[in-house]
Amino acid sequence: MQSILSIKNVSKTYASGFQALKSIDLEIRRGEIFALLGPNGAGKTTLIGIVCGIVKASSGTVTVDGHDNVRDYRGAREMIGLVPQELHTDSFETVWATCTFSRGLFGKPANPAFVEKVLKDVSLWDKKDSKIMTLSGGMKRRVLIAKALAHEPDILFLDEPTAGVDVELRKDMWEVVRALRAKGVTIILTTHYIEEAELMADRVGVINKGELILVEDKAELMRKLGKKQMTFELQQKLDAVPEALAPYKLALAADGRALTYTYEAQGEHRGVTRLVEELLRQNIRLKDIATTQSSLEDIFVDLVRKDG
Amino acid sequence: MNHRAVWAIYSFEMARTGRTLFQSIVSPVLSTSLYFVVFGAAIGSRIPEIEGVGYGSFIVPGLIMMTLLTQSVMNASFGIYFPRFVGTIFEILSAPVSALEITLGYVGAAATKSIILGLIILATAGFFVPLKIAHPLWMLAFLVFTSVTFSLLGFIIGLWAEGFEKLQIIPLLIITPLTFLGGSFYSINVLPPFWQAVSLANPIVYLVSGFRWSFYEVADVSLTVSVAMIAVFLVACLAIVWWFFKTGYKIKK
Ligand SMILES: Nc1ncnc2c1ncn2[C@@H]1O[C@H](COP(=O)(O)OP(=O)(O)OP(=O)(O)O)[C@@H](O)[C@H]1O
Ligand SMILES: [Mg+2]
Repeated sequence: MQSILSIKNVSKTYASGFQALKSIDLEIRRGEIFALLGPNGAGKTTLIGIVCGIVKASSGTVTVDGHDNVRDYRGAREMIGLVPQELHTDSFETVWATCTFSRGLFGKPANPAFVEKVLKDVSLWDKKDSKIMTLSGGMKRRVLIAKALAHEPDILFLDEPTAGVDVELRKDMWEVVRALRAKGVTIILTTHYIEEAELMADRVGVINKGELILVEDKAELMRKLGKKQMTFELQQKLDAVPEALAPYKLALAADGRALTYTYEAQGEHRGVTRLVEELLRQNIRLKDIATTQSSLEDIFVDLVRKDG
Repeated sequence: MNHRAVWAIYSFEMARTGRTLFQSIVSPVLSTSLYFVVFGAAIGSRIPEIEGVGYGSFIVPGLIMMTLLTQSVMNASFGIYFPRFVGTIFEILSAPVSALEITLGYVGAAATKSIILGLIILATAGFFVPLKIAHPLWMLAFLVFTSVTFSLLGFIIGLWAEGFEKLQIIPLLIITPLTFLGGSFYSINVLPPFWQAVSLANPIVYLVSGFRWSFYEVADVSLTVSVAMIAVFLVACLAIVWWFFKTGYKIKK
């Protein structure tokens, strides 16, 4: 698939001398939802800042649909909407005024009907005449989302869009994101709620200490790095795992009534059939079988830990 | 040219003025009027005429200039410093706007406000002292160019400052003293030669002199020099703004 955003060899050393990014290469595909994950201070916001023109890169190039984001910044920025991590809002402005301002700032002709739709989508319509300082944190977050959507971006950056947003509204936001994607908007989001990435993303990138340590198709990643567990609930109580089952490294539950087999989800030879045969041969009667698969969160924690 | 962005910034800034009408218009008009009352009506009648102009009338151009300078600088510096301070500047930086467009929006709004303020003060002065405007077009030109130039200076200060103190220091410690010493209340011709020479190093002398000439055709320095000084100042401010944006100095991380 054609990439809409191309980040090449981008690094950033802040004035303090701190190197926040070390030579990042990343291609974002047109129309995908890309989740950028990483622990606090990994460099996510810095990378987004560089693409959006808020942070100056120390080296490298960013190309947005063919527009170099420094030489042809107008072409590049016209396509991008940014919802920043910090709640930077104009306290004294009304919700309506600030959204209209954003639209004008990005050079789009006034379109009250469109702004109205955006505000309704993020459930802020009833607050349109309220001053932003009278809103709650979660509402301010939605104001920022509305501002970014008000100028109809082709690429939307959501830097922790759901931080501080309640569960109900988080679901609404996912709906908004899905609807945008359906319209062909490319979305790059960062989040610390990994289930969010798991639910939404097409691809996942993991950044740690300024380095992109992995970029993968989400499904592929889960298949490759995900672990599966098969738990056999037993009809009888076992005191120990029978000798013949030793190669499977089964774990016996404390109450002796369940055996758990852990295997790599991507493994070619998982040995499930042989294991079940062996269990039957050992005359172990089964009550139930359950399988569970590790979440993106487990994978992520594993990866970052391995990276040191 | 992203004219919609210029308009968006301009109207945003003008709306801010509207919200703070008392602080930004009423209060400077009131405090300047006090000068007219005290120096024009009360004490002015006991001070001899200067070059054929009554004292109360003589100080009007200088006082308007003083308000124009401080208000332009304060308003423009606040306009750009505040978004930097609260972080909303991110949106301006991420928008498809050029340095010129950002400057036009912010400085245009600050200058507009100063011009309106100047005209209101001028009208108010008419209530207290006799006024004569010999060259209305020149008067307007001085009003407009001074407002633009000092709004640019304020814009520079707002881009540079890192705290509210720094924002206040320049208007308070530089602009106000220089206007007081810049012939707002006297003709520098009354000073001893040494202090006359020192005064000529004060750029505000040229502004006040030119502006006063447009009223009463009396000037401390020639009109050409006044105009040239404003032009030099304007170009210098433009160059500094251009350099700030070009290098991202204090604007981008
Ligand atoms: N203006 C700055 N000057 C110096 N260092 C900075 C600056 N901004 C960020 N950093 C440093 O750069 C690193 C990356 O910061 P960044 O904000 O990109 O992290 P992040 O991945 O977004 O983290 P989080 O999940 O907490 O939002 C951090 O170590 C941070 O301290
Ligand atoms: Mg961040």
